[in-house]
Amino acid sequence: MDSPSSGAGPEGANDESRPPRGSRLDPFLSAYAARARSMTASEIRALFSVASRPEVVSLAGGMPYVSALALDSIGESFGALISQRGAESLQYGSGQGHVELRDQIAGLLMPLVGVHAHPDDVVVTVGSQQALDLVTRILCDPGDIVVAEAPSYVGALSVFAAYEVLVEHVAMDDEGLVPEALRERFAALAAAGRQPKFVYTVPSFHNPAGVTQGPARRAEILALCQEFGVPVLEDDPYGLLGFDGVVPRALRADDHDGVLYLGSFSKTFAPGLRVGWVVAPHGVREKLVLAAEASVLCPSSFAQLAVSSYLTTQPWFDQVKVFREVYRERRDALLDAMAAMLPEGTTWTVPGGGFYSWVTLPEGIDATAMLPRAVTSRVAYVPGTAFYAGHAKVLGRRSLRLSYCYPEPERIREGVRRLAAVIEEELDVLATFGPATTAGDSGTPSDVPGPATA
Amino acid sequence: MSTVGGERVVVLAGGLSHERDVSVRSGRRVAEALRDAGVDVTVLDVDGALLPLLAADPPSVVVPLLHGASGEDGALRDVLGLLGLPYVGSRPAACRVAFDKPAASTVAGAAGLATPLSVALPQTTFRELGAGAVMTALLDTLGLPLMVKPARGGSSLGAAVVRTAAELPPAMVNCFSYGDTAVVERFVVGTEVAVSIVDTDGGLMALPGVEIVPDGGFYDYSARYTAGATEFFSPARLPADAIVACAEAALTAHRALGLAHLSRTDLIVDADGRPWFLEVNVAPGMTETSLFPQSVAAAGLDFGTVWRALVQRAMPATG
Repeated sequence: MDSPSSGAGPEGANDESRPPRGSRLDPFLSAYAARARSMTASEIRALFSVASRPEVVSLAGGMPYVSALALDSIGESFGALISQRGAESLQYGSGQGHVELRDQIAGLLMPLVGVHAHPDDVVVTVGSQQALDLVTRILCDPGDIVVAEAPSYVGALSVFAAYEVLVEHVAMDDEGLVPEALRERFAALAAAGRQPKFVYTVPSFHNPAGVTQGPARRAEILALCQEFGVPVLEDDPYGLLGFDGVVPRALRADDHDGVLYLGSFSKTFAPGLRVGWVVAPHGVREKLVLAAEASVLCPSSFAQLAVSSYLTTQPWFDQVKVFREVYRERRDALLDAMAAMLPEGTTWTVPGGGFYSWVTLPEGIDATAMLPRAVTSRVAYVPGTAFYAGHAKVLGRRSLRLSYCYPEPERIREGVRRLAAVIEEELDVLATFGPATTAGDSGTPSDVPGPATA
Repeated sequence: MSTVGGERVVVLAGGLSHERDVSVRSGRRVAEALRDAGVDVTVLDVDGALLPLLAADPPSVVVPLLHGASGEDGALRDVLGLLGLPYVGSRPAACRVAFDKPAASTVAGAAGLATPLSVALPQTTFRELGAGAVMTALLDTLGLPLMVKPARGGSSLGAAVVRTAAELPPAMVNCFSYGDTAVVERFVVGTEVAVSIVDTDGGLMALPGVEIVPDGGFYDYSARYTAGATEFFSPARLPADAIVACAEAALTAHRALGLAHLSRTDLIVDADGRPWFLEVNVAPGMTETSLFPQSVAAAGLDFGTVWRALVQRAMPATG
């Protein structure tokens, strides 16, 4: 272990007989795995620290607006879980998840996205983030390839990085993954003797891009994946949050064998409970259960029964409708403000649901380099580079993600007003110095806000 | 009250600067050390609730651990003065000069310290005169390599080493994202050393300097706050006379700038053993990887004891 040189007195400095030894302040330094090497302090991440302050309009985080929940009556039902079912809700449970909740997922939730599932096809996880982790754990070896959207959900990219998986980003348009681009990538990989382990996609109300695959697009993507024999990992946390009330049909609805479906209660109910799920074919399911037991033994019994009780005793679908209305109003506030205030040359996606719009800045502006200026002006966003893996990060330099889920509409308008001024200032710098595309490195995996960022 | 001397201390940490995260960590670390030393500590952020809280229940001493503007430029300390609250650290007028790197450099130079050839230019200068012409003049006069950094601010945020002419424009753009004025200075090649000063009963004391050897060659944000990414040597691996020269340079800077209680001076020692003054910090970082706590340990002192002594020095003399 590392020993600090604090014991050496002033005389020690001139003692030529032994070379001075430095301190690196971390006695575990030689013990870290190679995959921990990229887990470094990030200047970008540190800037998000101010996003929690009320003076800052944060369009950076992805926190659902849980204040819209009927907290009093939910509190009563949670209390009853302890007083009436404490011996069960405070006890270990099954690694696959509580059968009562799996019944409800299979019977209530999955039919909404067109999927026929049995309770036994469902594995409950600690948020769908754990599902991502478990699926990657059982499917991917270091150096394996996963195909993902460009840009892609940052939490998935973190999991892929942790398992030392290589990510191939494939272009999107206003309807998500572009089939021609996907075919080209599959073919190029096949020509190089590489077969991707799966395609990771968020088909509905994409995080961060805000776009949704239409029915025809979904069919094309499924056909391509079947043709090349590549499974699909379908991540669907926002599917019920379409602003026109239509729930897109899941990819899994049309391919039971080739698609693993990830669902979540984080956006429709409460992210703090950390309850998500996987619907998978039996072989995958068995391995997921064993992997889950190795990871957490079992998901929280209390949290699962809390969700189950919520689905049983509360008007949960009415609540989903409330969320849709809240988020639609905020989406409108964002879009109206952007149209009115953002400088010419700025473009953005128009989300039909979910939490995010993807903004592309005028040519030459670097959204990562601009973030400190935004923070000075009391507005925060996530730079586009966060949503790309490794060397592909450069693809996100001109873009940023704006989230409208948490701030009130008036605050959103104020945030866009500030952002517009920041972009104008950056354009002024650009006019003076020219594009700054060679600045710095391409970022680290920790260049993202933590989950509790507003 | 169970505290040893009955001091009630408010540590101020957080704020709205780019260095909020560092400040929060510094505050936590000092608060824990003071508590271990028997002091009653409350940590508060700087927001609209602060002044009413301080007025309703005035602490014996305030410890401002805010990095970046308002915390280091003297503004907040002026307000503490208005409230009649004693605090650890330099007075506002001294902070205003010390936090402004060009001004501090001028004072240090006048006091006889070597300072790198540098200019401080606002963004408007580049726009009005043409960035190309100004950058050509900079390169012709100062040569390469260059250091570009915001005139105000710390943790090397917005700072970059420029080794080729092509690296200068992006370094300027990055720097101006953090602030309106950039310092462009000749990069001094040598050994990077930080010397911390504390005021004690026996007068000003220069703690052992810490030599900084970042793995990537540049002591940037990641090198500063990722444990293990930088190797530190304290005392520095320098000849005895260079070590003495560093300590004297830091004492000279502290005195010339009229600083109080504590400071940290960042220096580069060139091949001739001559220390060059880079900048001084009136609110040096106190995190697990920061330099001031390492100096305290290298001196064989206890962090909490040092901080408790600083708190006591800040208390008004009684009787």
